[in-house]
Amino acid sequence: MNIHEYQAKDILRRYGVPIPPGEVATTPAQAEAIARRLGTAVMVKAQVHAGGRGKAGGVKFCPTPEVAREKATAILGMQIKGLTVEKVLVTEAADIGTEAYVGIIVDRATKKAVFMVSAAGGIDIEEVAATTPEKIHYHPVDPRYGLRSYEALQMGFFLYKDVKQARAAAKIMQQLYKAFVDAGCSLAEINPLVVTPKGEVIAVDAKMVIDDNELDRKPEVAALRDESSEDPSEVQARNANLTFIKLDGNVGCVVNGAGLAMATMDLVKYYGGEPANFLDIGGSSNPEKVVNALRIITADPSVKAILFNIFGGITRTDDVANGIVTATKQNPLKVPIVIRLTGTNEEIAVKILGDNGFKAMTDMDEAVRAAVQLATNGGAAK
Amino acid sequence: MSVFIDNSTRLIVQGITGRDGSFHAKQMMEYGTKVVAGVTPGKGGQKFESTVPIFNTVAEAVQETGANTTVIYVPPPFAADAMMEAADAGVKLIVCITEGVPVLDMTQVYPFVKEKGARLLGPNCPGLITPGQSKVGIIPGRICTPGNVGVVSRSGTLTYEVVYQLTRAGIGQSTCVGIGGDPINGTNFIDVLEAFEKDPQTKAVAMMGEIGGTDEQEAAQYVKKNMKKPVVGFIAGQTAPPGRRMGHAGAIISGSSGTAAEKLEAFRDAGMGVAQRPMDFVKLLQERM
Repeated sequence: MNIHEYQAKDILRRYGVPIPPGEVATTPAQAEAIARRLGTAVMVKAQVHAGGRGKAGGVKFCPTPEVAREKATAILGMQIKGLTVEKVLVTEAADIGTEAYVGIIVDRATKKAVFMVSAAGGIDIEEVAATTPEKIHYHPVDPRYGLRSYEALQMGFFLYKDVKQARAAAKIMQQLYKAFVDAGCSLAEINPLVVTPKGEVIAVDAKMVIDDNELDRKPEVAALRDESSEDPSEVQARNANLTFIKLDGNVGCVVNGAGLAMATMDLVKYYGGEPANFLDIGGSSNPEKVVNALRIITADPSVKAILFNIFGGITRTDDVANGIVTATKQNPLKVPIVIRLTGTNEEIAVKILGDNGFKAMTDMDEAVRAAVQLATNGGAAK
Repeated sequence: MSVFIDNSTRLIVQGITGRDGSFHAKQMMEYGTKVVAGVTPGKGGQKFESTVPIFNTVAEAVQETGANTTVIYVPPPFAADAMMEAADAGVKLIVCITEGVPVLDMTQVYPFVKEKGARLLGPNCPGLITPGQSKVGIIPGRICTPGNVGVVSRSGTLTYEVVYQLTRAGIGQSTCVGIGGDPINGTNFIDVLEAFEKDPQTKAVAMMGEIGGTDEQEAAQYVKKNMKKPVVGFIAGQTAPPGRRMGHAGAIISGSSGTAAEKLEAFRDAGMGVAQRPMDFVKLLQERM
């Protein structure tokens, strides 16, 4: 789960990380009022779940409250990577001396949380990683001991020669690590970590991504989810316990298991079609999940054919068949459907479908070819 | 022969009285797996299906039954503890089916299990099956048949799809291993490839990977350097769109993004067969065996 910059900053402030003051606005008038209250030049920053906000024009320097209002007017409602900006953060504009990068990610290779720090921070950090990897220092954290002070200080000295700054950075890294663990993050970063002309070390931007598997046991973190900043069909799918990603094609896919779902999409493309979505109904299905899946897929006007590809293991294919029958009784289909199912309770599923006028296939390759053909011909007819 | 499990496997089911645990315990018993004990705290002394003794702790179960393997079906908040309890009790093969284990929990579980000298498979995996001998987990038994192809995969239902097609084409399997798709898992491709290379029954290997990370590329390197047996690979997600960017850290640490193209290139470079579709495994394996 992504959270916004302002939410990440709220969390980090509670751990003592020095961050310039700021507040969130949803209207230009609010932005102006916040800027007036802060009494300094401000930055107005789009709050969306996408990188490259600055490059997209979603981050602006505003010397006066009037300018803040004007810039907020431009930024609110703008699209960044397909997402509409609903909120801006109005925050004190920091005086920037140097910019460093501090990030933590759970790393597959070392199977630990790994710190990455670089004195060459800022928006081009990935470029730095690609071209001058020696400028990035990696440090895996042993989860039994956490980030010890000496380890943090080693990283602090990698960033700064000045001992006071190194110590300040080390303290921030320990605070960041604690917040990372407590909030159940899979990623947390401060970029840039700034040294001001006065020599203070402060966090000017922050990002946190929460591990979805933590949300059940951390309701206070789960409450930070901002559904207004997500695609509505993806929100609907998540609330129905489905994994759904909207794509540009016309073959609506319903599959159990992420690997098989991706392989099904690949096969749709292999046969010249375009998948309209990735949709994984997961294991232990019940008919209700299938009803919800069909509701989401049929709501997409670009879908010209629907393809079910179910390999029943933990998923019972009769559950899926019942779901298809129930859903299509509630909402008769306007596009053709191809159903491939095999595995657990297959005989019962085939009978349920047959009794209700549906044909079931057992071969994945045949089913995908049929669905692509139906989607293509249907499209040509119109 | 086979890898990791065979008819000497003596299995504990942790969470045997739960919904998934009880269903799959029965399925495993029907398949012929020696399920020697169940563990559910508070239900010690009872019997599952009036035959399998239930214990309060894994330690007791091991002591009383001589179990050497365990399979875990407990809910996500308890899974980390269940894995560590099993390792602490001396179980040598721990298979965790549970989906949704927090990854920070796994940063603690992984080194603990390793120190105890146990092998962990999963979490979030379908388990493994040695056809005709033993099944541990949820892979449907009737789609498998004994033979000489070792199967290793990151995904569940995609494994079933490929195994089903192999079986229909008359190609049997030595052992099918689902390593799971979580960012931190106990056993990776290389561990399983190494076991298949050593196993006299296995004559060729089918490997199903996915986009993301670098495990498949490292596995391909291993195949190139260390394996004499033919390996055929597949990558799911060849047409998946690049996800929305999530901060810089992921891109910095992986350097590249773990695309399908990069992985398939690594397979080709290692001299592996490359299956474009799941059904292509049949022909590619037949050509190489």
